Amino acid sequence: MQELEYPFDSEYILKKAKSIKKALLEEKTTRIKKKIAVLGGSTTHDIVKVLELFLLHYGIEPQFYESEYAQYWQDAMFDNAALAAFGPDIIYIHTSNRNIQEYPQLSDTEEAVDFVLGETYRHYEVMWDKLQKSYHCPVIQNNFEMPAYRLLGNKEASDIHGRISFLNRLNERFYQYAREHNHFYINDIAYLSACYGLDRWADSFYWHMYKYALCLPAVPVLSFNVANIIKSVYGKNKKALVLDLDNTLWGGVVGDDGAENLEIGQETSMGQVYSEFQEYLKRQKDIGIMLNVSSKNEEENAMAGLMHPDGILKPEDFVLIKANWEPKSKNVAQIASELNIMQDSLVFVDDNPAEREIVRSSLSGVAVPRMDSPEQYIRVLDRSGFFEVTSLSQDDRLRSEMYKANLERKKEQESFGSYEDYLHSLAMKGTIKPFEPLYMARIAQLTNKSNQFNLTTRRYTQAELEQIAADNAYITLYGKLEDKFGDNGVVSVLIGHREKEILHMDLWLMSCRVLKRDMEYAMLDTLAHTCAKAGIKEIKGYYYPTAKNKMVEGFYALMGFTLEKTDETGGTVWYYKIEADYENKNKVIKVVEA
Amino acid sequence: MTRETVYEKLNGVFRDVFDDEEIEVNDSTTADDIEDWDSLEHINLIAAIEQEFGIKFSMGQVVTMKNVGEMVDIIVSRMD
Repeated sequence: MQELEYPFDSEYILKKAKSIKKALLEEKTTRIKKKIAVLGGSTTHDIVKVLELFLLHYGIEPQFYESEYAQYWQDAMFDNAALAAFGPDIIYIHTSNRNIQEYPQLSDTEEAVDFVLGETYRHYEVMWDKLQKSYHCPVIQNNFEMPAYRLLGNKEASDIHGRISFLNRLNERFYQYAREHNHFYINDIAYLSACYGLDRWADSFYWHMYKYALCLPAVPVLSFNVANIIKSVYGKNKKALVLDLDNTLWGGVVGDDGAENLEIGQETSMGQVYSEFQEYLKRQKDIGIMLNVSSKNEEENAMAGLMHPDGILKPEDFVLIKANWEPKSKNVAQIASELNIMQDSLVFVDDNPAEREIVRSSLSGVAVPRMDSPEQYIRVLDRSGFFEVTSLSQDDRLRSEMYKANLERKKEQESFGSYEDYLHSLAMKGTIKPFEPLYMARIAQLTNKSNQFNLTTRRYTQAELEQIAADNAYITLYGKLEDKFGDNGVVSVLIGHREKEILHMDLWLMSCRVLKRDMEYAMLDTLAHTCAKAGIKEIKGYYYPTAKNKMVEGFYALMGFTLEKTDETGGTVWYYKIEADYENKNKVIKVVEA
Repeated sequence: MTRETVYEKLNGVFRDVFDDEEIEVNDSTTADDIEDWDSLEHINLIAAIEQEFGIKFSMGQVVTMKNVGEMVDIIVSRMD
């Protein structure tokens, strides 16, 4: 819904919240259900109301627990039957500098100031530890915004008695905790309030009238930021950019003006704007966002533009470059299919409103930000929160290389007599083992974002996965695949729970980047060996249909399972008896097991 | 701006905020007359009215207004 995309009209959202919600609920999309506890140190009513809208927009149907006014700490620290019964999937703690109980006094010694800082920090730390112990779920915690006034003027920042100094040091302690705890995320209201304008954000009218720690019109800004963290935790980030060239990556039209006359580089102010934008995109690539081009150009001209000596992005920074005269909607759809990702994982970036409209109206789910003036490109892309980072795995950093290696493999495939010859030529090496801490972030990420090759589409947080990995009642396996073109990283995840001699498969998924490489057979082989060792005689497989996983409807049949039953929704249950003389089904991947 | 025009716009705001096309307010309307008008919705209502008329109420005004009529008095005085 366009009303909920950055840059949104906060006042409109607040005023029309009821009818926007109605419209969202009428959309025929499938949403994942999540239980979100909002523990507030001030009023949270409208924050929750608007958060719901953004989450619905992101494909998440929230159910909320809202603490009584300012009861965040009590709710967390003491036995709380209501919260326990609610069973939160995620907890958001909305505190602000209004919740600071004690600041240093001007007469305090350095030790006394440190003591107050330590005490204030511990008030929060004990709460986070307690929440983790009681609910094992991700926690989102506000940091502190800067104070509304400065008693000492500029010295507030440097003097240890200053409140700015105090809050900055406290924030740093919060960040330290975030660095040391995987499922703990900072909601950076210090940054948000600075962007919004602290004077407006901290308008005390809203505090004294309604006990809001921020002004009402800023509430959507806050809720949007929290929604971005939540959708990122549940794997709903975008994955790739599709970029136009002329007047998007550089000033001018390469076909008309010639590559040498494009505005890019330090010579002109417009050239500098485009350079800075290219620099920003290059850094997106470093966090795992795949860059692609869709441009109405002769390919030769497009390449000439990308090879401009002052350009920062070079042809090799892109996974796919489509320079032709086909409609962009067709190129964008083509890019999604060649990368093997869903269309709704793409962001289309084009300065031309007509092209944006075509893509928006013909491809559902593709994000199409309004890119109207080049000097605003970075802000619009950045604030849209498409790629909110909640975990950064090695895989993210290498993603573009991996996809490019895939395209290389495709080329090579065409030169082999048989497909099996080709698979042998890849010299594939697999590592298939029970979950290990090193890969937990990647396993959680895959679990939350795989839609197509996913038999049950069950989502788990990293905390839940860690618990399962430590529990003997479960069998877990991750699969990593390497070949001569590179390392694909962790690409397959299995979880089964044991009931006597039967293993029930809770999760079986694989990344589409390794389709048709026989990795699924290698996984079954290791699963069978693991079961045999544990005295398990039978595996039960479950397929639950979703809008996206039709691809694996017949997966268990292919794996040699027998159909046991089919329910009215098309869900199926399968079983597989493990024979004593189990023969490996995978013949092309050399596998290392535990 | 006449009182009639203020009421016309004001009804639009009430209908948006409470998502009810039937709402018709007058001088004596108070929170008791509209089902969803509680203290939490009040803040949204005030903000939406401020936005509609491009004005800002002071805290003193918000605290003391007793009915829609008094609110309209303030709006009209600010429109001149």
